Amino acid sequence: MDSGLSPQDKKDLDKFIKFFALKTVQVIVQARLGEKICTRSSSSPTGSDWFNLAIKDIPEVTHEAKRALAGQLPGIGRSMCVEISLKTSEGDSMELETWCLEMNEKCDKDIKVSYTVYNRLSVLLKSLLAITRVTPAYKLSRKQGHDYVILYRIYFGEVQLSGLGEGFQTVRVGVVGTPVGTVTLSCAYRTNLAFMSNRPPDEEDGGAFVGVQDSQEVCTTSFSTSPPSQCVCTLSPSPSKLSKPVPLDNVQLPLAPGLVTHTLYASRLSYQPPAAAGPAELCHPAANPNQMMHGGKEGGVVLVPAHPVHGADAHLTVEHPPITPGSIGDDDSLSHSGDGRRDEGRRSASPSDPVEALNAFTRKIGAFVNKPSTQITAASLDLPFAAFAPRGLDSEENDPMVQPPDSPPCPSPLQASLHSQGSEGSGPQDDFVMVDFRPAFSKDDLLPMDLGTFYREFQNPPQLASLSLHISSQSMADDLDSLPEKLAVYEKNIDEFDAFVDMLQ
Amino acid sequence: MNCRSEVLEVTVEARQVEEAMLALLHTILLHRSTGKFHYKKEGTYSIGTVGTLDIDCDFIDFTFVRVSSEELDRVIRKAVSEFKDALSNSGSDGMGQISLEFYQKKKSRWPFSDECIPWEVWSIKVNVVNLANEQERQICREKVGEKLGEKVINVVEVINRHEYLPKMPTQSEVDNVFDTSLKDVQPYLYKITFQITDSLGTSVSTTMRRLIKDTLAL
Repeated sequence: MDSGLSPQDKKDLDKFIKFFALKTVQVIVQARLGEKICTRSSSSPTGSDWFNLAIKDIPEVTHEAKRALAGQLPGIGRSMCVEISLKTSEGDSMELETWCLEMNEKCDKDIKVSYTVYNRLSVLLKSLLAITRVTPAYKLSRKQGHDYVILYRIYFGEVQLSGLGEGFQTVRVGVVGTPVGTVTLSCAYRTNLAFMSNRPPDEEDGGAFVGVQDSQEVCTTSFSTSPPSQCVCTLSPSPSKLSKPVPLDNVQLPLAPGLVTHTLYASRLSYQPPAAAGPAELCHPAANPNQMMHGGKEGGVVLVPAHPVHGADAHLTVEHPPITPGSIGDDDSLSHSGDGRRDEGRRSASPSDPVEALNAFTRKIGAFVNKPSTQITAASLDLPFAAFAPRGLDSEENDPMVQPPDSPPCPSPLQASLHSQGSEGSGPQDDFVMVDFRPAFSKDDLLPMDLGTFYREFQNPPQLASLSLHISSQSMADDLDSLPEKLAVYEKNIDEFDAFVDMLQ
Repeated sequence: MNCRSEVLEVTVEARQVEEAMLALLHTILLHRSTGKFHYKKEGTYSIGTVGTLDIDCDFIDFTFVRVSSEELDRVIRKAVSEFKDALSNSGSDGMGQISLEFYQKKKSRWPFSDECIPWEVWSIKVNVVNLANEQERQICREKVGEKLGEKVINVVEVINRHEYLPKMPTQSEVDNVFDTSLKDVQPYLYKITFQITDSLGTSVSTTMRRLIKDTLAL
């Protein structure tokens, strides 16, 4: 110990270091909750704000930190570490970063404890606030909630960095010299976000996280373009199977300490355990690429009406696309079809399908290598926007909405070009130069029509058959005539009807 | 004493200039602000509490922390907005520099006016680029976010060297060291100036010196 330090100074220094450690843990954990932090400045000192900074104290976090410290202080060879890890809804986890509060032997004997050390610790906490928003785990933690959560673990003793994978980086937040040693705060963060291949439990090698060499897919926030069947990601064995020397009492805690479903990230709903139907469907990518679109559709139906809670989840999914590769497809269609459903009600007719079909178009152009074009079999290629007709409807050809009858109410000059080959205007008007107008998102390989033509054509749809006057009046007369006969038949069979009613009761 | 000088360089798109400057200036000011001093009898003082706020950038994939003080934010935003306007009006190829200077006032005897002695100067050099399409812009969003992260780490590194800081002043001297005009926080005395570089690289075709924090007014 240092003989030059007065007892009062020593006592103050110990107190400063203890509260610094507690505040450090609070800052780190709060920065990984997934929410923006906001505290107020106060010009009149309340006396309870350590280091003159307004840092809230979450009781569970303080409790955990005190438990880890167990009455000791960070000292030489005794570091306090906060480990941040990610856990997917499938139960796989990965360490993201480890924050270390260490002490080394280099002493600064001349420094004034109650003033300089205190102020420098305050500056160090401010630096910690700034740096916690800069490491890669911050962005991940802001997007947590549905497919994964961020967990923290506090431990005391030797720093363990083996779980961070190869090539982890270190950033030093700062140092403060004190008469008994130099306080150092740093962060080691994983750079390699590769998940490992899916291995059955009996093959696990019992070691620590194997690392890069076994990974098949790089899983980052930019999505994998492989079909979902290839990028189901599970990881290394779950922590309980590891032979890593994790002290038993240092259990990984969800960032809503206590309960997984208890939320400190209040702006998101808790992630539901995999047993729940809705999120599970989102998280498990369809094995068959062809299912992707329908998967989303079903997911949408499940989520929106049946479970209001899940409905909110679906809403959140719209805003915060999850990280799991492959499920982006589901979420895309979910976000579109889910929205479509919420906006348009439960119509199962074509209005929601154009949205999905549009998605199919988008996906075809976009990243996925499956074959959505087989999904869209146009009934006949020269039908305008035949792809938007309801799928699986055999009576497409008879649907008056799809195929306009040949007696349209108002002839438009462009109608002749409806069934023409291309939109290049190869019609008889030679004195006009037709400009090939291709509006964005238009498809011209299946259909030769452009948006303007389509709109003009369908602006005046044909009248519904049932509403046309002479047909309806005719059927009404027929109905009235047949009424007495029907009544006679019913009266004859009245016993049968009574028996049926009795059966129902 | 020697004035510490640090230079940070960033390359951004025009619409990112404001947020990038705010992020860096606020990060520096976070470390160079304390709570309000309340002097008591016997020469002691107590310090108020500084709150913090997370700010998400709209045009950059980045979140920064600033001091929870609307007054300070307004002053900084005003300065940055003038810088941004000057950059876009200059017609140069979009290079400029904004400087945040921390200084101390030293009282001189009449008829000499007070001296401003800088003890730390942060210069942020900005290079504005134009991007052709949306894909490049998206990449730029992420890249600039990473770059800003690196700059924040640089700032923190410099500050944590714990080099010269003005001594804590007595009550009569506090205005020579700190800006006491704000209600809720107390940064060190600072001023923000900027310069636009013309296409030849010389620093004066339109040099505009705007003293945002003018404490020389007598």
